[in-house]
Amino acid sequence: MGDTIWQSMQKKGYSRRDFLQFCSAAAVAAGLGKSGAAQVASAFEKKEKPAVVWMHFQECTCCSESFIRASHPIVADALLDVLSLNYTETLMAASGFQAEKSLNDTIANNKGKYIVLVEGAVPTKDGGVYCMVGGKTAESILQTVAADAAAIVAWGSCASNGCVQAAKPNPTGATPISKLVSKPVINVPGCPPIADVMMSVVTHLLVLGQVPALDDQGRPKEFYGRRVHDTCYRRANYDAGLFVEAFDDESARKGYCLYKMGCKGPVTYNACSVVKWNEGTSYPIQSGHGCIGCSEAGFWDNGPLYKHLTQFPGFGIESTADTIGTAVGVATLAGVAAHAVVTNIRKRSVIAEVHAEDEKES
Amino acid sequence: MAATRVVVDPVTRIEGHLRIEAVVENGVITDAFSAGTMVRGLEKILQGRDPRDAWAITERVCGVCTTVHALASCRSVEDALGISVPPTAEIIRNIMLTTQYVQDHVVHFYHLHALDWVDIVNALKADPKKAAELAQSFSKWDKNNTAYFTEVQDKIKAFAASGLGIFANGYWGHPAYKLPPEVNLIAVAHYLDALQWQKEIVKIHAVFGGKNPHPNYLVGGVPCSINVNEVAAINMERLNLVSQLISQADEFVNEVYIPDLLAVASFYKDWSKYGGGLHNYLAYGEFPTNGYGHPESFKYARGAVLNRDLSTVFPVNAKDQQEIKEYIAHSWYTYDGGNDVGLHPWAGETNIKYAGPTPPFESLEGFDKYSFLKTPRWKDNAMEVGPLARLLVSFAAGHADVKETVGAVLGKLNVPVDALFSTLGRTAARGIDAALAMIWLKEFFGELMDRVKINEVSTFNGEKWEPKSWPADAEGVGLVEAPRGALAHWIKIHNGAIDNYQLVVPTTWNGSPRDAKNQHSSFEAALIGTPVANLEQPVEIIRTIHSFDPCLACAVHLYDPQGRHLHQISFE
Repeated sequence: MGDTIWQSMQKKGYSRRDFLQFCSAAAVAAGLGKSGAAQVASAFEKKEKPAVVWMHFQECTCCSESFIRASHPIVADALLDVLSLNYTETLMAASGFQAEKSLNDTIANNKGKYIVLVEGAVPTKDGGVYCMVGGKTAESILQTVAADAAAIVAWGSCASNGCVQAAKPNPTGATPISKLVSKPVINVPGCPPIADVMMSVVTHLLVLGQVPALDDQGRPKEFYGRRVHDTCYRRANYDAGLFVEAFDDESARKGYCLYKMGCKGPVTYNACSVVKWNEGTSYPIQSGHGCIGCSEAGFWDNGPLYKHLTQFPGFGIESTADTIGTAVGVATLAGVAAHAVVTNIRKRSVIAEVHAEDEKES
Repeated sequence: MAATRVVVDPVTRIEGHLRIEAVVENGVITDAFSAGTMVRGLEKILQGRDPRDAWAITERVCGVCTTVHALASCRSVEDALGISVPPTAEIIRNIMLTTQYVQDHVVHFYHLHALDWVDIVNALKADPKKAAELAQSFSKWDKNNTAYFTEVQDKIKAFAASGLGIFANGYWGHPAYKLPPEVNLIAVAHYLDALQWQKEIVKIHAVFGGKNPHPNYLVGGVPCSINVNEVAAINMERLNLVSQLISQADEFVNEVYIPDLLAVASFYKDWSKYGGGLHNYLAYGEFPTNGYGHPESFKYARGAVLNRDLSTVFPVNAKDQQEIKEYIAHSWYTYDGGNDVGLHPWAGETNIKYAGPTPPFESLEGFDKYSFLKTPRWKDNAMEVGPLARLLVSFAAGHADVKETVGAVLGKLNVPVDALFSTLGRTAARGIDAALAMIWLKEFFGELMDRVKINEVSTFNGEKWEPKSWPADAEGVGLVEAPRGALAHWIKIHNGAIDNYQLVVPTTWNGSPRDAKNQHSSFEAALIGTPVANLEQPVEIIRTIHSFDPCLACAVHLYDPQGRHLHQISFE
């Protein structure tokens, strides 16, 4: 222990040129652009590989699975070179009390310096018996690891917002991390979050030694500052009033807008349509299904997936969640009169027609 | 020597929260307790919702077994409403699922299981040149050369010097590790390669489902449309990408995974004597080639094998209320009809009642109920599910391609078919399963291309999409032979909404506590009789438990705090 990242790279036989190249890639990954490479290089030279622990509570491990899909840097390089991941139940070699030792040692030896990544919500009902590890409740473990942490990251919608187990009626009292700890929490929502978004948040913390700029929901603005709708390549179809009317119809085969199929892109802040998934391979809308809004708080209770939104806050592309508050979509329900749509779109009359159809149906 | 209770919690390198307590006497396990220690209550959350949304909610049961619950859910709704899926959509679903088999099994072998057999620290003693010669003797993988193995060894050396990170506090140096340093080095190098490769194959899910983990599914078909004259649909560029990913996967499975599996297994043949556990096997079968309603067309057979008698395959009917039942005699639930009755999922009750020690606690000893998992039984028999079970059922059913691949692997290891009934056999079976899935993935992609050529590209049947076309009441079952084994979703629909939803998943079969008759389930049965050399480092327990590839988030999902019958609850 104790090597700076540059020293550890030297030991592995990397040249100064390799190192600067790596820093340049890291700078791009951290959103600094290539000119940020010098800043990154200096950060690496000063810092030891930071200790990181990854906690697992009420979750499905999709966040861990997503993290290992990262492509820049690839996760093997991150694990070996960028951070010292001393505890993660999904990948660590040790089990049982040896695993607990890894966690306890990390906390004891890095007080105030280690980073806690949390995957999963914490059940608070009935004394916390609905999630226990090593005979201890998730809640008590969270308090222990959070006490001396330098930073806490809530991975995914479970840790950020409660996600599926917190959907009505929330049987176990599943609670987001930020409601349980007294420190600021970086929320990285999504079910799961995009792999390279996760990697970028980690490198932002570790490489720059800074908390990324956050919105009022604790989300990095870098990735959660734009609506999926505003950055979607199908947006032009929406503006032109070209909609898919049924899955796999002629319009679907032409890649028209999925708004009428229930797409929640207009009320969802995420980087899906820019960063895309799996090394830029695709994102839900590109593959024919509407956005289900998985990065928004309470999205499971925001109406059925295939009911389209009747209203969403009308604001321009420059607005962010901070200025308009939480964007909540209201799905059409039988018997509910459709609301007039207020948006910045040009083809307002087309949207109005859609709503007239709704009213006829209901 | 007196009996000692060995506790392993958390069991790591699995999905979810599992606790194992094993009673060891004179160096051998004489009894075992498998406890799931986390519950979320998803069935309760599903009630009152649109059945067409259930795939998305249930997919979140598990992100490791991503896709399988989505598929089971779509099939349950389609079964209830009488929806048949267009053949092209069925092929795409088969491509998605075979992709999941291959990715999941490779990740399990290298990242969840290998460190039970491979001593990372010992790899530092290897001669990279000898490692390269050895690797080249059993594989054509072009990275198997001296320079590469030297580079990996240097990486691990530097990493070890800085504290080992995720590899810290393993059972390194335990005498149960038997591989020569060169084989350890090969395996460590491929651990890193597999980590890099697994993110590639899942791009197939991103093409057809928009993302991975948790790609999108659709009741009545698949959400993507095919149009080879359109940029914003599945076109030649997308199909070429899938084709290339399949070729890469084929190479990785056949030049890296299978050769490594055989190389490692050949040093651990003594593990064909341990961990056999139950003698009964259950599989729902998978990969329809002529519609999901025709199980006789499946690549893997549906059925049950009892007492390891491969001469008979018993038919399995998930709708027959006498066949599959769940017990709660040793689970943290109660039933209105008493502690010892079994209930078919249609009649399921889920009244949770935690009856374990108040946390923090050291042991579950003395607690009659000790897990959040219920205990499923088929005709009151405890059944093993998973790759081994489905291979045995298809072997017994006479599926030629399965018999041939099983025979080839057993021949290479020079072990009899009985060797399959073990910890080693289960791990080998998973490799065979991946090799078969790889063959079928190529076949399904070929069929997809054939259909694209003749423009048979419909991917969605929307006849019964609108709830007004549904009957007031409907019920269905969706079966999937998931990578981890037999998975079923039972749904009841009333007036367009979910009235009741029940899941019985692979790890519930394997990892559940004993039943009312004190019959052990797979994990516990497999541990009994296994020697443990060092009670402080119970690597033997971990080996056998990992051979099942446990998934606890899947296994525990029930909860109704009011203690009402799930099917009687209405939703406002």
